[in-house]
Parts: sequence; structure tokens; C-alpha cells
Amino acid sequence: MDRSSRSRSRRPALVVAMATAVALTLAGCSSGSGGKKAEEGGPGASAGKADTPRMTVALVTHQSPGDTFWDIVRKGAEAAAAKDNVKLIYSADPNAGNQANLVQNAIDQKVDGIAVTLAKPDAMKDAIGKANAAKIPVVGLNSGLSDWKKLGLLEFFGQDETVAGEAFGKKLDAVGAKKAVCVIQEQGNVGLDQRCDGLKKTFSGTTETLYVNGTDMPSVKSTITAKLKQDSAIDHVVTLGAPFALTAVQSVGDAGSKAKVATFDLNKDLTGAIKKGTIQFAVDQQPYLQGYLAVDSLWLYKNNGNYSGGGEQPVLTGPAFVDSSNVDRVAEFATKGTR
Amino acid sequence: MSAAPQAGPAVDGPPASGPKDTDGRTAHRPPVLRLLARPEVGVFLGAMAVLVFFLIAAPSLRQGGSMATVLYQSSTIGIMALPVALLMIGGEFDLSSGVAVITSALTASMLSYQLTVNVWTGVAVALVLSLAVGALNGWMVVRTRLPSFLVTLGTFLILQGVNLAVTKLVTRNVASDDISDMDGFGQAKKVFASSVDIGGVQVKVTVFYWLAFAALATWVLLRTKYGNWIFAVGGSKESARAVGVPVDFTKITLFMLVGFGGWFTGMHNLFSFNTVQSGEGVGQELIYIAAAVIGGCLLTGGYGSAIGPVFGAFMFGMVNQGIVFAGWNPDWFKTFLGAMLLGAVLINLWVQRTATRR
Repeated sequence: MDRSSRSRSRRPALVVAMATAVALTLAGCSSGSGGKKAEEGGPGASAGKADTPRMTVALVTHQSPGDTFWDIVRKGAEAAAAKDNVKLIYSADPNAGNQANLVQNAIDQKVDGIAVTLAKPDAMKDAIGKANAAKIPVVGLNSGLSDWKKLGLLEFFGQDETVAGEAFGKKLDAVGAKKAVCVIQEQGNVGLDQRCDGLKKTFSGTTETLYVNGTDMPSVKSTITAKLKQDSAIDHVVTLGAPFALTAVQSVGDAGSKAKVATFDLNKDLTGAIKKGTIQFAVDQQPYLQGYLAVDSLWLYKNNGNYSGGGEQPVLTGPAFVDSSNVDRVAEFATKGTR
Repeated sequence: MSAAPQAGPAVDGPPASGPKDTDGRTAHRPPVLRLLARPEVGVFLGAMAVLVFFLIAAPSLRQGGSMATVLYQSSTIGIMALPVALLMIGGEFDLSSGVAVITSALTASMLSYQLTVNVWTGVAVALVLSLAVGALNGWMVVRTRLPSFLVTLGTFLILQGVNLAVTKLVTRNVASDDISDMDGFGQAKKVFASSVDIGGVQVKVTVFYWLAFAALATWVLLRTKYGNWIFAVGGSKESARAVGVPVDFTKITLFMLVGFGGWFTGMHNLFSFNTVQSGEGVGQELIYIAAAVIGGCLLTGGYGSAIGPVFGAFMFGMVNQGIVFAGWNPDWFKTFLGAMLLGAVLINLWVQRTATRR
């Protein structure tokens, strides 16, 4: 009972603290620069609305929570759904078994189409077989370029990670790089390995691989710093995700290195860094396009019987390079979180 | 000192480890062995072994500045490992500490950005929120008497979901917006994420906070009544209560201390990287707990020190960066890390056993 009286006596302290916070907020300590006020508003892409009967599409990805990349994929899918009068059911799980269950869940809901990523194709095989048996069209996106046809998918939208890596390697040659370090933020992710492998294939300098703990930024920063100090010959740091590129820039500063930073994938802070010149260039696989095309293609298939790529060839969404020559145009869309 | 006599600070080895000095069997133990029996000495020797090993194996580690990188990595783990260790001495632990860091950073960032106010407002609100999350954890543990494992697992999952959902709701993206051009950012960066030039070597400010917090925690543990309470509630809650130790108060404040650590680390993350991704932080709680355990804190509570986790965190940072400095094949990175840590812990254990054997 003395416990309850004590907790009651603590309550005013909390109220005072909250009130102080609110008062501080209102009492004119507003920021003169930056913030939401400085952000330019404006709607995303929209293009009227189809008058076709309402259909339901499930998009099932292997996204892990809080990843900026997948957020852009989802926005693309949502934009297509809004335009095509589609009800979009989005679900995701990085664990392949759970992802297969989510596909089964979509089949149980009798959706009109399923779009799925194949990060671990073997685990998805049975679920996709059941969707085919239930005559639900399935399309692939993002990962699974070498497996989508085997699994009986209708079409595929994505970037060949090896091809993107190869393009990156050629670009490194073009800018005169001699020694690059390829920073992998998630050990064991097949797509990330393929990027580094592709890069090694075409880049005529030497490439080293470095693994960092992607969920802990201070650790990412010090690990890259350590690598740059260990090997002063490194002249290019290659990261495989936009947030890690921005951190790598700080590592380069900390290590007193002259290395330049280039990356795969984009976000709005990264376009700013390319504008400023702190990051050289980025390879963009256009995640928005992947989400958009996957949903739109299911609509086309249902309403007009179309197959993108003729059902034979994948539709590639990358690699598109973003550098100082085209960053202004891209930044406009990246600010809205759609590039 | 009017410190309560029960469960004295662990300076003379594990509590209740046998008969009194007058017994004659332990009276002639050489001072060296008595020193070795302290909880932090084993990990100190383990950390030194790892340091010497890498100084030999990795030539580039010997350069000036390389040690600053190792210390920086250690400090970001160590600042959180300290309150986590105190909480463990107090007999509880906190699985939500990793994501709580990100919750705090996201709160400060989004609040400042969305309301377009000076970033210090966000920093203050984040502090209140972090302490409140800690208090809630502690309150639930003492109120429900459920294991803290269960309670904080719940908080961990809730915060993980909240981090993602609220960020998405507020910013329409899954990362917070860049606040580096806002008022107060420069000052806050100086406080939480600057560097100090020492003889041409840039040392991150977190290293100094880490050591200062460790000194403070050591003083509190060994020289204050509150420190005695921590040992008492971790050793035996019921007998502590019987002799008048405010058990609930001690436990709740310890959880709030972890909240404070999360706030501090979160502010460092925010002001050194300008934005925060909402999915970060998962898995870090285990690293903090590991640093505390390697540092000599028992998972069962009632035993440990504040200086041990400093070496525990250093060992983590040293191994983590040492592997990179040594330029070993990175495919084996995690394996090296695990093996080195196990080896260091075994040295730690061996020292403890040797020292406490008659």
C-alpha cells in the first residue's frame, strides 16, 4: 500500500515534465531553419483512376522492418493500386518460411493476383505452386531473377544484381579507381553478395569485402574507419544501401583518408549528398518502379491479358546511375520518398 | 559511511563464499590472489590479452588514431553496458534497451522536425520519454512480479513496432528526416557527438562520457547507500526488504537509469548521423548484456562491478575492430568474434577460479 502512495507522489513530477516540454515547444524556441516548414509539400505521382471492376492484389515481400528501400517499393505498389482501382494487401517477413505462409494467407483470401519477392526461392516453391493450382496469377519482383520462370511466375520486374554490380565495376574503372572496398551490411544476403561479385568481375582494380553490423550505425562507422586505416591504398568505398553511404562519408573523414564514396540504392538524403559532391554516384534499381509495375501488370493481365516481357524475359528496372549530371531531376522525386 | 552492513560491495570476492577470515584457512591468502578475485580483474586480463594479441597481429592498429577508433566503438557499447550492468547487479535485466535507444533518437528527431522547433526541445522530450519507458518497465516488474525477461520482451516488441509505425505515420517514410540544418543542432552535436583533439588524434567525446559515467557508477556502487541497495536487492530481495531497503524504488530507478543510457546513446546516434532508420537497434540489447556478463556481472544478480563492463565493452570493441585491422578474411568475421570472446571469457573464468582456490 505504501507502494501505491509513492507512485502517486511521483505522478506530479511527470506532469510537470510533460508540461515543461509542451511549454518549451510553444514558447517560441522554434527553429529558424530546416524542419517541416522548410520541406516542400506536394502530392506523389497520380494519373486518374481506372473504371475497371475492383480487384484485390497481395504484395508479399521479404522486407525487414524499418528499411527505407522497401518503403519505396510499397509506395510504388500503392500508387499503381490507387490508379487501377485495386485493393492492395501488403505483408512482409524476412524469414522465408513465414513469407511462404503469407502467400498461403493471400491464397486463402482468394485474391485476384499475387506479387512476390523470391529472396529464398526454394522456400517459396510450394506456396507458389498452390497459387498456380488455385489459378491465381503470380508475378515476381526485386529478387529471384534466375528462378522466376522455373517456379511458374507470369512475369518478373527487377534488377539483375550481378549486372548492376558489373555496371558499377565499369563505372569505377571510368572514374579511375584502383582499390575498392565493398561494404556488406547484412552477412549472408545473396543479392548483396551478387553485387560485390559483379563489381569484382568488371572492375580492373582490386576489391575487398567488408562486413558491418547494419543495425548499429556507430559500429558501421568505426568498422569502415578501421578498414580505411588498415589499408590506406583504398580509394573508393562502395556501400550497398543509401544510409550506409552517408555513414561511410564520416568514416572517410575520421580515418583521414582520401577515399571517395559511391553506393547502390538511393534515398532523399543521398541525393543531397550527391549534389554536394560528398558522394560520387549511386546505382538506382528504381524500387518504386518494381512495386508499381508488379501491381500494374496484374491489372493488365486480368483486364487485357497482357504479359510484360512476353512471359519469357524479365523486365529490368535497373541499373540506372544517379550522379551530378542528373541528380537535380532525381532529387525532386527523392524528396517525396518515391525515388 | 553509514552504509548498511548487509551484502557489502563485492571487493572481497563473491558474497557468502565461506567462513570468515578468523577461520584461518583464508587468512594467509596472498594479496595478489585477493586482488585477482575481484570481479573486474579477470576481464581486465582478458581484455589486455586481446589487445596484445591484436597489437602483434595487426600492424595498422599500432598507428596513432587506430586506438581512437577502437575506443569509439567500445564507448558506444560501454555507455549502455554500464546501466545494464547495474540493473543486472540489482537482479533484473532489460531486453528493450537496444530498441529504446532508437525510440529516443526518433522521438527527438521527429518532434523537432515536425513542429519545426529548436532541437533541444526534442532532446528534452526524448529524455522524459526514455525515463518514462524505464519507469514503466520497472513498475511493471515490481508490480506484477513477473520475470523482467518477460516484461521487457514485451516492451522490446512494443517499441520495435512503435518505432516503425509512428515514424511511418509521421514522416511517411521509415527513416526520420535530416535535422542537421535546424537551430540547436550544432550545439547538440558538440555535446553528444563531437571529437577532441589529443596530440593530433581525434578522440570521440563518447569515450570521455563513457569513462566519466564508469567512474561515477563505481563511486555510487561502492561508496553510497544506493550502491548497497543495488547489491542487496540483487542478492536477496526478501532479506533486503526485511532490513528496510526500498526494493521497489531501487529496481524502478535502475530501469530508469537504463532509460537514461538509452537516451544518451540515442542522442549520440542522432547527432552523429543526422537521421535515424526506424529498424535499427534490434540485437544490440544482447551485446550490452554480453559486455556486462563478460565484465563479471552474474546473470543471477547480486554480484559484479561497474569497471568490469568497461573492460567487457572494450573487449567487444577491440575484437570487432581488431579483426578488420588485421585484415582477416571477412567471411569468418562472426566466427572470429565469437571465438575471441569465448576465449577471453575463459581466461576471465580461469583467473577467477585460480584466485579463489585455496
